[in-house]
Amino acid sequence: MTSEFAVELRDVVKRFVTPEGNEIAAVDHVTMQIKNGEFFSMLGSSGCGKTTSLRMIAGFEWTTEGEVYIEGNPMGHTPPFQRKVNTVFQSYALFQHMTVFQNIAFGLEMEGAKEDEIKQRVGRALEMVQLTGMERRKPKQLSGGQQQRVAVARALVKTPDVLLLDEPLGALDLKLRKEMQLELKALQQQLGITFIYVTHDQEEALTMSDRIAVMSNGRVQQIGTPVEIYERPSNKFVADFIGESNFLDGQIKSLSKDEAQVFIPALNTELRGIPISQGLVKGEDVVVSIRPEKIRITEKNAKNDNFFKAKVTNTVYIGADTHVYTESQGVKIKVLEQNHISRLDTSSFYTVGQEVGLVLMPENTLVLKKV
Amino acid sequence: MNPFKRSPFVIISTVLVYIFLYAPIVVLVLYSFNSSRVNITFEGFIPTFSERVVMDGSTVVSSPCGPFHWFCDLSKNREVMSAAKNTLTIAFIATIVSTIIGTMAAIALQRYDFRLKSFSQLSLYVPIVIPEIVMGIGILTLISQVFGWVNTTFALSGDARLSMGLFTVTISHIAFMVPFVTLVVQARLQGFDKSFEEAAMDLGANEWTTFRRVTFPMILPGVLSGALLAFTLSLDDFVITFFTNGPGSTTLPIYVYGLLRRIITPQVNALSTVWILIVFTVVLLLQIVQSREQSKS
Ligand SMILES: Nc1ncnc2c1ncn2[C@@H]1O[C@H](COP(=O)(O)OP(=O)(O)O)[C@@H](O)[C@H]1O
Ligand SMILES: [Mg+2]
Repeated sequence: MTSEFAVELRDVVKRFVTPEGNEIAAVDHVTMQIKNGEFFSMLGSSGCGKTTSLRMIAGFEWTTEGEVYIEGNPMGHTPPFQRKVNTVFQSYALFQHMTVFQNIAFGLEMEGAKEDEIKQRVGRALEMVQLTGMERRKPKQLSGGQQQRVAVARALVKTPDVLLLDEPLGALDLKLRKEMQLELKALQQQLGITFIYVTHDQEEALTMSDRIAVMSNGRVQQIGTPVEIYERPSNKFVADFIGESNFLDGQIKSLSKDEAQVFIPALNTELRGIPISQGLVKGEDVVVSIRPEKIRITEKNAKNDNFFKAKVTNTVYIGADTHVYTESQGVKIKVLEQNHISRLDTSSFYTVGQEVGLVLMPENTLVLKKV
Repeated sequence: MNPFKRSPFVIISTVLVYIFLYAPIVVLVLYSFNSSRVNITFEGFIPTFSERVVMDGSTVVSSPCGPFHWFCDLSKNREVMSAAKNTLTIAFIATIVSTIIGTMAAIALQRYDFRLKSFSQLSLYVPIVIPEIVMGIGILTLISQVFGWVNTTFALSGDARLSMGLFTVTISHIAFMVPFVTLVVQARLQGFDKSFEEAAMDLGANEWTTFRRVTFPMILPGVLSGALLAFTLSLDDFVITFFTNGPGSTTLPIYVYGLLRRIITPQVNALSTVWILIVFTVVLLLQIVQSREQSKS
């Protein structure tokens, strides 16, 4: 391996002309560095440019600006059949007129492999995806999950440096999807090759990835590990997109080296000791973000820092957790309590209209730039 | 349950439609076994096999071919045999060439964006919708102008002179068959997902291998339907052939037309019966190809 990065996108732009004649930037100045052996996900809602980014790596599209590097080599207009990456398509794109064996053997034939070698390698690939014995079937005779495995085997049999997967589990039902998530992850760890995985399902991305690029409107919002993305979202979009967050508008009252006091006008409260990221100045308007599970419900008259009173407006019991919806001076705040104790005893529920106190743990509170 | 299914109206009209469509064909086939030499009246089948053709007035009493007398008669007719040979030669060559051109056109229209694309698409319908006679006259005018110019410019004489014949019939058949092939193949390509081709290239196949191993096998049923349609169109084309044929390139439809103007013997019926059999076979093949295609998807 010649480069530290398996794949690198440097300031890549892709513009399309829509049928109406407008020019849109499907991918807008994207820079990503994907390390060797990494499970890297692109996460974002539909239309944010994930597929287009992946297709530029595969070679199905060329960049309008910027450059894609594979193993340190600029790709330019290199055609797909000369790139050492393989793709698992969302629609699987299995060749309907060929058997499972012929589908998987296709890529090896293109390499000019000998018949014996092809047989052996196809056999091993089928074993890997647990489809031994299905060689003679046509794709139409397989279930969705089996077709998906054939698509994975067909790409992996080529022993690519990088495997590209475009929402490969999108067509499967929930249970099968969860199983396949774990299987794909195990396969990736076992083979040690780089996976670039496109999904719009945040849970899937959090479950499988070493690192995630959160995308929106053709731009990268944040790249980080699942923990970083969840616990330290770099902006309001990411905080909102990944999991749930309560947002409070505020203003920085004072700043120390690594902490800030933020005044929340709507609650007429000052939040103290909130850890800050770089680039904030005193007096700046900011957004305070806090996850529902990181708020504690206490007595309405407790004496605490970062405390304020609220009124319960609704509670929803959903097995493992209870969602408690509260309101404080017109600001809605959602709290998530784990059901450590049985709620069979109804007295442990909050009643609608009940006055409670809310405590925001400063270490779990984030100050974000207002965007 | 569909209330129309068993309504007498539906049953009666269905029967009427079939009678209307098939009665002439049945009569035609029946008359090809007619013992009368005149095609107007049916006098019963030619009865027995015997060594000689026995004529009793205007009636064939017996023949070595038995009821198939007119078919035997036909096979000895050298003009018919040569017309049949011409027809098939033209149909085969024109089908192969128009299928290749039509398929390439369909793929190009599907895959590429170019100037005048919608114009090209629209121009495919023109040969289909304009009256065939207009197209026939058009082709005739064009060819005779071009041939006349070539003959005078290069001072060609005798056998070297360009004139109407098998070649002109074949190219004019190709010209009117291409749009049909293109439209049939296009219908097949409509739902063609380009990710199949991308997958092939992703696995290391270049453009040509991708076409040969993936695209072509997948559109093959459409190409075959187009080819069979073109073949049947060529077999029974009269109008365009009428304008573009020349000495030695008489096809069956032209020959039959000539016969009708002279005398009508059951030979014509025998010829038509054979012909119907061939066309039915082709149509049957077409059906089989299409139903296999349907059961696949
Ligand atoms: N070939 C194309 N022509 C025009 N617009 C396109 C084309 N491919 C993608 N787009 C547009 O680019 C944007 C991003 O698309 P895509 O990368 O498929 O998003 P995602 O995979 O994240 O859902 C969308 O607005 C889409 O409509
Ligand atoms: Mg997509």
